[in-house]
Amino acid sequence: MRAMVYRGPYKIRVEEKDVPAIEHPNDAIIRVTLAAICGSDLHLYHGLMPDTRVGHTFGHEFIGVVHEVGPSVQNLQVGDRVMVPFNIYCGSCWFCARGLYSNCHNVNANATAVGGIYGYSHTTGGYDGGQAEYVRVPFADVGPAKIPDWMSDEDAVLLTDATSTGYFGAQLGDIAEGDTVVVFGAGPVGLVAAQSSWLMGAGRVIVVDHLDYRLEKAREFAHAETLNFAEYDDVVVELKKQTDFLGADVAIECVGAEADGNLLQHVAGAKLKMQGGSPVALNWAIDGVRKGATISVMGAYGPIPNAVKFGDALNKGLTLRMNQAPVKRQWPRLFEHIRNGYLKPSDMVTHRFPLEEIPEAYHVFSSKLDGCIKPLIVPSAA
Amino acid sequence: MSESDIPSAYVREKRSPAPSREELRARIPGWGVDLDPADRPSNPKLLHAPDTGARWDFPERQPEHRPRERSIEHAFVTPVFGTAQPLKGASGAIRRLAYARFSEGRLAHWMLLVVGDRVDAVEHHLRSFATLRPDVPATGVRTELTHGGLASRRGRVDARHHVLDPLVVGGPWLVAAGAAVVGVRRLVRAARR
Repeated sequence: MRAMVYRGPYKIRVEEKDVPAIEHPNDAIIRVTLAAICGSDLHLYHGLMPDTRVGHTFGHEFIGVVHEVGPSVQNLQVGDRVMVPFNIYCGSCWFCARGLYSNCHNVNANATAVGGIYGYSHTTGGYDGGQAEYVRVPFADVGPAKIPDWMSDEDAVLLTDATSTGYFGAQLGDIAEGDTVVVFGAGPVGLVAAQSSWLMGAGRVIVVDHLDYRLEKAREFAHAETLNFAEYDDVVVELKKQTDFLGADVAIECVGAEADGNLLQHVAGAKLKMQGGSPVALNWAIDGVRKGATISVMGAYGPIPNAVKFGDALNKGLTLRMNQAPVKRQWPRLFEHIRNGYLKPSDMVTHRFPLEEIPEAYHVFSSKLDGCIKPLIVPSAA
Repeated sequence: MSESDIPSAYVREKRSPAPSREELRARIPGWGVDLDPADRPSNPKLLHAPDTGARWDFPERQPEHRPRERSIEHAFVTPVFGTAQPLKGASGAIRRLAYARFSEGRLAHWMLLVVGDRVDAVEHHLRSFATLRPDVPATGVRTELTHGGLASRRGRVDARHHVLDPLVVGGPWLVAAGAAVVGVRRLVRAARR
């Protein structure tokens, strides 16, 4: 089969690989029909995630058709059209039994600090991902779900991570009616977090980024006010001014380890890898909210320490909430919202690339060329 | 500044209350449909999940065909695990040490894994030079011409560090190439003596 393969930082290519095999009785093999590149894939691509091995196939956002099932699989049949959450989880450990699907303890031998994720280095379990023609899906009776007939492929693939994560981010913000919510980052997760904040009763939503084309999308797609931090000397002061010197009631951080906004932090963290990425957006969130506020962190960070302004968080009495999204827990509600037209994830798709051109897709997305917000990948066997 | 001009932060209530429900509903499709915090999907945090599809208390174990590295914070290799890219070579030895010796709580664990990553890349780059498909410093860069590289960056703050990219990406390759040239020259000189 053809598959995207990592060759080292900033280097990927498409190679011939063996079609994955059933390795556990509850495995399924999925023929991928549509995949996406996530902003967090860029952390791998740039070499920021420890134990990213040459030869690894990325991709944790994908849908497909069941190609083969293991002997104990009961809920799926060959030929089913399925969507697969980015979380790999057993459904029965202490954590899964409490709904913390992203924190499963039975699938990641390499680390206890993170659950299992498709195509996201060996730090999340060493599973090849879905930017390929076929992918192994463990616990096929637990994670995947059949795609409803009425749902488009684009909406389905965006529900496997970006949409669920954005919505989950708004939930962790504990938004109360009338709250002012500031969302850092106008990528797909930030756009959905902004939309979801309204569903949870926000009175005002402000999206912060520096890319004008993405801020325009935030205004049009998420009905949000926008703030281009490049236009201000100090975005924290601007946020205070815009909120009558209180600060926002809730911040949702949807940027993660490669934040711009502070040249020194970005170069030291994201480029030279002297810390676990650049925590600029997280620090702005800490300083830009009011005392007693809640910060929800959806941006992806690796396990290496960051220079986070923890003292400010303590002294302001902030509540910091974060996790990888337990995707399938969000789906029934998100299906309703898509059906009712409250959320339309597919509107965020800007580019489609054939799998053979995935090096180009990564470069365009990473460098934010050509108005790119969300690139999809179409395998040749689709 | 008169008393009515004093910002919200210094008085009991917000000076500008949020717009009314009616106004928000008219402007935002679906405003407030998830207003009740108790009716949001991830609430309560430690919900006992109803039916995950798991018919086991502890899953059947995946066969371990070769010894697999694991975090020493785990009691054993998890019942299901990834089998992609098993450890090998010098990078494998470094990674094996990181897993066997240090917990996830130790910075040494992660730094060794990062070193393993760089050694892994070098091992593969060197090997690729003996094939018809040698590695290059960066891939996909032709889109700079096809997808508006310059126009897309105009006026952006991140353009300041984009100029560093060729150095960050290509620098180590130039250093390695320079070291190789110096090494070869010295070998040639030594051979001539």
